[in-house]
Amino acid sequence: MPVPTPPPLPSDDKRWKIVNGTMRKNGFARHALIETLHTVQSSFGYLDDDAIRFVAKSLHVPLSQAYGVVTFYHYFSLKPPGKHTMTICTGTACYIKGTDKLVAAAEKRLGIPQGQTTKDGVISLMTARCVGACGRAPVVLTDGELQGQMTGEQMIEQLERWAVE
Amino acid sequence: MTIEELDQIAESVRVENSKFDYEINVCMGTGCLSQHSDKLKDELTKVVAAQGKRAFVRRTGCMGLCAAGPLVLIDPNEILYGHVHAENAEAVVASLGAEPVAALQCDLREHFDQQVHVVLENSGHIDPEKIDDYIARDGYQALVKALTEMAPNDVIQQITESGLRGRGGGGYPTGLKWSTVAKAVGDLKYVICNGDEGDPGAFMDRSVLESDPQRVIEGMALAAYAVGATKGFVYVRAEYPLAVARLTNCLREARRRGLLGNNICNTPFSFDVEIRLGAGAFVCGEETALIASIEGKRGTPKPRPPYPAVSGLFGKPTLINNVETFANIAPIIRKGGKWFAEVGTEKSKGTKVFALTGKITNTGLVEVPMGMSLRQIIEGIGGGVPDGHTFKAVQTGGPSGGCIPAEHLDLQVSYESLIQVGSMMGSGGMIVMDDTSCMVNVARFFIEFCMTESCGKCIPCRAGTAQMFTLLSRICDGSGTMDDLDLLVDLCATVKEASLCGLGQTAPNPVLSTLRYFKNEYIEHIVHKRCPAGVCNIQAPVEVLA
Repeated sequence: MPVPTPPPLPSDDKRWKIVNGTMRKNGFARHALIETLHTVQSSFGYLDDDAIRFVAKSLHVPLSQAYGVVTFYHYFSLKPPGKHTMTICTGTACYIKGTDKLVAAAEKRLGIPQGQTTKDGVISLMTARCVGACGRAPVVLTDGELQGQMTGEQMIEQLERWAVE
Repeated sequence: MTIEELDQIAESVRVENSKFDYEINVCMGTGCLSQHSDKLKDELTKVVAAQGKRAFVRRTGCMGLCAAGPLVLIDPNEILYGHVHAENAEAVVASLGAEPVAALQCDLREHFDQQVHVVLENSGHIDPEKIDDYIARDGYQALVKALTEMAPNDVIQQITESGLRGRGGGGYPTGLKWSTVAKAVGDLKYVICNGDEGDPGAFMDRSVLESDPQRVIEGMALAAYAVGATKGFVYVRAEYPLAVARLTNCLREARRRGLLGNNICNTPFSFDVEIRLGAGAFVCGEETALIASIEGKRGTPKPRPPYPAVSGLFGKPTLINNVETFANIAPIIRKGGKWFAEVGTEKSKGTKVFALTGKITNTGLVEVPMGMSLRQIIEGIGGGVPDGHTFKAVQTGGPSGGCIPAEHLDLQVSYESLIQVGSMMGSGGMIVMDDTSCMVNVARFFIEFCMTESCGKCIPCRAGTAQMFTLLSRICDGSGTMDDLDLLVDLCATVKEASLCGLGQTAPNPVLSTLRYFKNEYIEHIVHKRCPAGVCNIQAPVEVLA
């Protein structure tokens, strides 16, 4: 079967070549959709309309299906993340160790609900459904780095440091 | 690859190790790494060189006792140090051949002596990124033996004889599943390893994949040989970056050693494995949803039959087992099904890995024989509830399980016994709660989880969990009525009976089990408008969760 020509890259940003690489590695098969979206998100930090259109077209997946997949899975984000991200684990072990207080304290300090980014684009506040480090609960991820046995004070300190950077 | 070649590799590792008087094993699982055990390892390596000791510093996987991390194990004396940081490196190295550093030493004989390690036998002893370390501990002996001496049916026979049951939670007999896939007709068959450990509070699969990934791959290869599959997928959570990295490396190493790829061990058997990343959907732990996800679709379950064994990934016969199930395969083939069946209860054989967390002294990973009592696990191995608090309940089975109260602490752990008390085995999370936990709030927590994670395909689950959440929220904030309680019980029955997949069918369990054992707490909230544990803020208006 001849391989149909893929659409042109959305821009000359080199990251698109990485995205294209993932699709090529999978023979531009439809089932590579999630894999490719992972590559887009790890390269660009989030998935915007252009990216979803490009991937859908390249893999011959209906745009509706691609958008459906993006919105189904929690890991994918349609909004650009802030400069820093505070992710608070809300798994069961962390919940038992009082993670809800951490979430409330962070929401209060930043003035935004979880899942959003401060207006100045500096800090995103996210929650995660268990990062599997339950032995060190409660845990947070500061820019992806795992910190265990977190207290409210330590977390606020970190947020303050980011805010004045 | 032949048995002799494996033995040669193992011998060369032993020769290499014998050049050293001591081995300093540094835990570099996610828990200890978060406390900078990588820096500790670098420091130890530097100090060993500076002090001129004949010691080898090794990166290892999880040693289990996350509470005391970062952990360091000194061999051959088997001295375990806890809370070791880079500044302790001098003292640790200086103590080699002398008195151990008392301040750091963990005396946890009770913690370790009661455990039986099968799945975790290599965790904490080998470098997870070196295939030769695994081979030196009998790794791949089972695969080579099966390929050269056993027919596929003999492999299935051994697994059936072992009595191994699915460790993902369902407890379906593994041998039976394998023989169904083996009998299924298809030009192409798949083996899938379910590493979508979405269960909050459980981290067994993460730990096994981080500490001993080759064991899982060997198990998958044995399964593929037994059922006639040629292609495998490991579906692992994107939230486990370290597990993904170690697995990627492990596949590369296995291919380099000719243990994956075409004509493995010069036999007609070919098998290779690819990694697929999950994207944060709890429902993808359900097998048909997981298959949809590997196919690049939304992870919504399908009605069964047809079972994946007949029509699974891309419509082909597919075998799906959990990480821990695959981790049990190689030792069973190596030592025989009968050996495995010697441990455990009549219907639940072997050992089970549990993640002990919550209000417990020795948080971490433990592996115990089936049939051990909850009391022995929690009070003996786990060290009990800390800070003078009293034990209230242990939650097993994650959002599909239930809360088991103190009166059932002498229960012997098995698939059946846990169901009898209204919980389930699940994947192995064991979250201990003390008197500071409100059981109504706990039920609300799990229902909120199920509500958010419901894929939305069937109405009982999608709408039912949302309604249950509203009712529980009302009870938590003090505006609930006794009628709400009746409605809640009614809804539980509907959601349980009418949902399409396991997520919905088991979602009411946390509510039902807390109602069964802690109904007084519900009544306190409703009638007396107070939360006995002081968790729920009863005067405050309802908090709307975004």
